[in-house]
Amino acid sequence: MGLLSVAIWLPIVAGALLLAIGRDEHADTVRWTALGAAIAGFAVTVPLVTGFDTSTAAMQFVENLPWIERFNVRYHLGVDGLSVWFVLLTAFITIIVVISAWEVITERVNQYMGAFLILSGLMVGVFSALDGLLFYVFFEATLIPMYIIIGVWGGPRRVYAAFKFFLYTLAGSLLMLIALVYLYYKSGGSFQILDWHKLPLPMSAQALLFFAFFAAFAVKVPMWPVHTWLPDAHVEAPTGGSVVLAAIMLKLGAYGFLRFSMPIAPDASREYAWFIIALSLIAIVYIGLVALVQQDMKKLIAYSSVAHMGFVTLGFFVFNDLAVAGGIVQMISHGFVSGAMFLCIGVLYDRVHSREIAAYGGVVNTMPKFAALAVFFAMANCGLPGTGGFVGEWMVILGTVKTNFWIAALAATTLVFGAAYTLWMVKRVYFGAVANDDVKALADVNAREFTMLALLALAVLWMGVYPKPFTDVMNVSVTELLRHVAVSKLN
Amino acid sequence: MNDTMNWLAVYPEILLLGMACVVALVDLFVTDPQRRPTYWLTQASIAAVAALHLAYFEGGFTLYGMQGMVVTDPLGHLLGFFACIATMVTLVYARPYIGSRDMLKGEFFTLTLFSLLGISVMLSANNFLVVYLGLELMSLSLYALTALRRDHGPSTEAAMKYFVLGALASGFLLYGLSMMYGATGSLDLAEVFKAIGTGQINKQVLIIGIVFVVAGLGFKLGAVPFHMWVPDVYQGAPTAVTLLIAGAPKLAAFAITIRLLVEGMLGLAVDWQQMLVVLSVGSMVIGNLAAIAQTNLKRMLAYSTIAQMGFMLLGLTSGVVNGNTLSAANAYSSAMFYVVTYVLTTLGTFGLVLLLARQGFEAEEISDFAGLARRSPWLAGVMAIFMFSLAGVPPTVGFYAKLAVLQALVSTNVAGYIWLAVVAVLLSLIGAYYYVRLVKVMYFDEPVDTTPVHAARDVRAVLSLNGAAVLLFGILPGGLMAMCAQAIVRALAS
Repeated sequence: MGLLSVAIWLPIVAGALLLAIGRDEHADTVRWTALGAAIAGFAVTVPLVTGFDTSTAAMQFVENLPWIERFNVRYHLGVDGLSVWFVLLTAFITIIVVISAWEVITERVNQYMGAFLILSGLMVGVFSALDGLLFYVFFEATLIPMYIIIGVWGGPRRVYAAFKFFLYTLAGSLLMLIALVYLYYKSGGSFQILDWHKLPLPMSAQALLFFAFFAAFAVKVPMWPVHTWLPDAHVEAPTGGSVVLAAIMLKLGAYGFLRFSMPIAPDASREYAWFIIALSLIAIVYIGLVALVQQDMKKLIAYSSVAHMGFVTLGFFVFNDLAVAGGIVQMISHGFVSGAMFLCIGVLYDRVHSREIAAYGGVVNTMPKFAALAVFFAMANCGLPGTGGFVGEWMVILGTVKTNFWIAALAATTLVFGAAYTLWMVKRVYFGAVANDDVKALADVNAREFTMLALLALAVLWMGVYPKPFTDVMNVSVTELLRHVAVSKLN
Repeated sequence: MNDTMNWLAVYPEILLLGMACVVALVDLFVTDPQRRPTYWLTQASIAAVAALHLAYFEGGFTLYGMQGMVVTDPLGHLLGFFACIATMVTLVYARPYIGSRDMLKGEFFTLTLFSLLGISVMLSANNFLVVYLGLELMSLSLYALTALRRDHGPSTEAAMKYFVLGALASGFLLYGLSMMYGATGSLDLAEVFKAIGTGQINKQVLIIGIVFVVAGLGFKLGAVPFHMWVPDVYQGAPTAVTLLIAGAPKLAAFAITIRLLVEGMLGLAVDWQQMLVVLSVGSMVIGNLAAIAQTNLKRMLAYSTIAQMGFMLLGLTSGVVNGNTLSAANAYSSAMFYVVTYVLTTLGTFGLVLLLARQGFEAEEISDFAGLARRSPWLAGVMAIFMFSLAGVPPTVGFYAKLAVLQALVSTNVAGYIWLAVVAVLLSLIGAYYYVRLVKVMYFDEPVDTTPVHAARDVRAVLSLNGAAVLLFGILPGGLMAMCAQAIVRALAS
């Protein structure tokens, strides 16, 4: 069994065990087991980066076994520079999520922890699957635990949000299923993604495939105008659910563009790049403005996620080394930053039970340690140099300028809007005089909360100050991807 | 080949017939109010028949017996094996239920065995009349079983509806078969196949005949527009009998569809495929949309059955493309895999409805499942697996069933079929809504009924196995798929 298999199945098996035998009477045992499994799951992914060969774009840590012989489906795993960091990100965020739920979730603890562990394994599976059907199975299976998480531990409108999440994403991915089956047939009976990359396809087929994949991935990213499920899901989900949604699940969609849409349908990708770019710009500008007027902190961060992911898709579809790499860096840093932002809201919510910005004011007076961390993450969210948020945005803008100055100029407005909505929220929540008795009664973060936020802060700082380890890993793969996309597959 | 008796070919049927009589007799001397000896004897008989079917399937041979009236081939035996398993599982789920509803009598077991015998006869039929004989034997037993709860109004009403509409359907089928006989001069499937192949037969008679045959089969499968009986019977019949109707008979209906349409009338595929497309799309639309509106779980599952059978029929429509039968094996084995996995899942869903029912209480409203995750996390988890499987979400077996049918459609490389696949996928999205809604009821809602769930140990164990099978075949579906493919290939070759 290879490292990737362990990284996938260890959390899933641990989660299934917790589901099967965990009881609320032994909640502490359940928590420690979950934490142990999450840390072990992370530990096995570390060698993926330390042992990664940055000089090749080929798949590494490959496992390839027959799975369903009748359809020639293979259990084919591997990572390259595009995916390896997401495997680590997933495993890392899982640890944070387990810690974040420690004292907060007191009912059905085993189901909560089990769902997150299983979800973690499934998402690692999505990032490392090299077989189209295996990818689809992992991609779809993630819906089940997330649906349960939102529906069971969510807010007052959780049922509506859970359904919207489930049906929206299922609708998109079912069209992708047809595309996968079509590719299986066209390639003469292969589900291997890497075979599909080499498959020549006429423009009409490429266009249909491109839009079928677009349906699945655009919903997941989510791109304007199919983003409406995200604010609902974020607002209603428990803190851990929001963190995983923002930090990892959104990346599944963006990753899909890199792994499927662009290399399988390169001609259609170039042909319809304007379309993606237009939607991305709308997300950046319009959704940025929408975020500005939100009353609810979680909604604000949710819209800010849509805007940031618009940056990612924009970076991908200008077909430029710097911008694509920037998009990937942006995905990773957004994983840390948005996760941290949702955790901060969770910390406040656990104490005051409100997410309304108006319910707060002057938090810095009662929670100085927490406020320092929260303001740091807010800075990262608006792309302050020195934080992870800056690197990706800067690379994307720089790359886009080479293609088209005006697109870059429009995209760069995010630095203004991002700063506006984030800092205005910070001002209203954290600074000023103590607004009410609730805020006056606040206790600062405890050791557990401090640890999880500090871990994330370190990651954000590291990405901002020394992003080289991240970009080094992806350079060769990105170059190879763009070289591949530049070659027409029409004949 | 056709003039020998070849008793070997009908050993499973003989054993089943003998044991049905023995069970009927033995029960007369049973004094135990729990009818344990009858129950165990029935289970043992079915298990023996199942073992026999499996041994025949492993043998992999094709034999004709009773002067060519019956055929024994891997297709029949594989489906026979699954039918036996389905019946055994049904009996396990049903026992506590019928025990508390004054239905625990010898007749229940005898009639069940006779309906299984009817299924077995249909599976090995090689002649129009034998198909009909088996069908009637199964149907009559099921009518009687539906009416077994004499003093219960809804059951009696359901039995009446089932009987009248079922008889009508049988009439359709028989009329269609008689026209085929008139046109081709034979009742033997292989002879009919040859006669159609010559192209000398009056096409109009054949077409009219096949319309009636398809209508009759549509009734038995519960496909739109012949679906009216399904919701009423599923809801009205005692749940144990609903499960008997919803399980093994679907395998039989699939088998006679293959025997009649494929083995007998493949030459007319262009005509019956068109009819099946209409039936299939109609079933998926009506089934999925009507299921959303239901508050009764049994009725919802009935509409879900209609939709699922519609999806299964899609697999049968893509066997012959432009007169070319190359994709036939792929298409029919996909449909077979679909129906087998569907039965596996259905057993579990109705099993849970049975399990939650108590003395004087039927757990058949969707709201009766509210908060089940709090009352029994384990059972709720098992039910959730079934629901996600019916919705076709991986990693459950229902996903691969849908995948198999979709790839059969897409691999025809005909634009019309690819659009059909898109339509099917969008309609199954509607289906996902009401399946997932049940998960919502179990997990998100507060329990109304807080009585602890009492489950007999054997029922709980078999249900867990049932759920595990749905999940296990979802992770490793290869073996079952290969078995179905093997059975279909052999059936097409002979």
